[in-house]
Amino acid sequence: MSSILHFFDVFISSYDVFLDGLWITFKLSVASLLIAFIIGLFFAILKISNIKILEWIADAYIWIVRGTPLIVQIFILFYGLTDILLIPMFWAGVAGLAFHSGAYIAEIIRGAIQSIDKGQREAGRSLGMGTGLTMRRIILPQAFRRAVPSLGNQFIIGIKDSSLVSFIGMQDLFGVASTMGANSFDYLPYYVTVAIYYLFIVLILTVAVNKIEKKLAESD
Amino acid sequence: MHEKQEMIRVEKLNKSFGDLHVLKDIDMTVNESDVVVLVGASGSGKSTLLRCLNFLEIKNSGKIIIEGEEIESDTHNLNEVRQRVGMVFQHFNLFPHKTVLGNVIEAPTQVKGIRKEDAIKAGKTLLDKVGLGDKYDVYPSTLSGGQKQRVAIARALAMKPDVMLFDEPTSALDPELVGEVLATMKELAEEGMTMVVVTHEMGFAREVGDWVIYMHDGKIVEFGHPNDVFDNPKEKRTQEFLGSIL
Repeated sequence: MSSILHFFDVFISSYDVFLDGLWITFKLSVASLLIAFIIGLFFAILKISNIKILEWIADAYIWIVRGTPLIVQIFILFYGLTDILLIPMFWAGVAGLAFHSGAYIAEIIRGAIQSIDKGQREAGRSLGMGTGLTMRRIILPQAFRRAVPSLGNQFIIGIKDSSLVSFIGMQDLFGVASTMGANSFDYLPYYVTVAIYYLFIVLILTVAVNKIEKKLAESD
Repeated sequence: MHEKQEMIRVEKLNKSFGDLHVLKDIDMTVNESDVVVLVGASGSGKSTLLRCLNFLEIKNSGKIIIEGEEIESDTHNLNEVRQRVGMVFQHFNLFPHKTVLGNVIEAPTQVKGIRKEDAIKAGKTLLDKVGLGDKYDVYPSTLSGGQKQRVAIARALAMKPDVMLFDEPTSALDPELVGEVLATMKELAEEGMTMVVVTHEMGFAREVGDWVIYMHDGKIVEFGHPNDVFDNPKEKRTQEFLGSIL
């Protein structure tokens, strides 16, 4: 009983420090997922370009991301960017996470584009729309709708993965929990507290994605 | 009677998919306001021929001359050519993320750069014409097959094409919905639209068609006026085909 009371005490008294961490996790996630989306869209289009060299470039990128642990990617980008290019730590963290999520988002978008019936492309082309216009106005809007559940899922993974930036010294949610735990030698309550923060973020995102899915289903 | 202008001429057209030789030395001419109906068993190449006319399939050899100009896929702007040659598909291929009116105004606004208000006005007129004046703002998924195909026809007409190609426009429809689409096509033919129609609707071919082409195994086997082809087919293969479907 006393340990539960102790947990609530920690949970409540630490909220201002965790809110700082939450803010960093939020900025980190939004920036990295936005950039990852652009990277993903870019490599998805390379993969369906039917131009061998561009497909190889996309394949190589996806292979590297899939073939190495995220923590290794973050460390390489962190030391590469901050030591050699003198980029601030926050943006090194963003770069590491975006580089990673981008590959998975590329595969999601590619799959969604390829799942659109080829008659849609033919209809666009038969009306005199060029390849790019058909892609932008006809194929991509449908592909994005179809990709919403998978993209939402990938965004959730991205937010949770962002906790790894604490290992390059960032005070995100998980970084705050680690620091507070280590300083007080009272690890468990802080890790349980941070778990609750993550659960809450993911809950909000899940509800939002479900809402969007419902909205899109209505117009279909 | 003045000489009709030549809209499409095809000379020695060949098309293969890998080892499969689908079109063999096709020659045909379509004149202004003609309704040319392509018939034949499935696999005879009639849909491929139609798709070559719109460059959705690229020929291997031969000539395709559209309104007096020989079109080569690597030197001509096919987007410009396709604006003059409209296409209606078996499976409608409406844009599901756009309303009925949105489908119709998409290409005029995006390709021709027509002002949205003008495109909407013209689009509504076309939809009224095909009998869908009450469906401007609904999404295609709420329509019946026959309604969808009529929207597709309006969408193609919105680009003001000189020729319309129809690739089995009624084959995916429930039998009771075929009539409304054929009626729309007949109306279009009566207004003088040049049309090339791949269909299994022999009644339509006979009633609306000016010419019938019977294709077999990638070749044009018989060509003539509908009554001649249907009542007195000269070729044995045509007789067999007609015997099997009528």
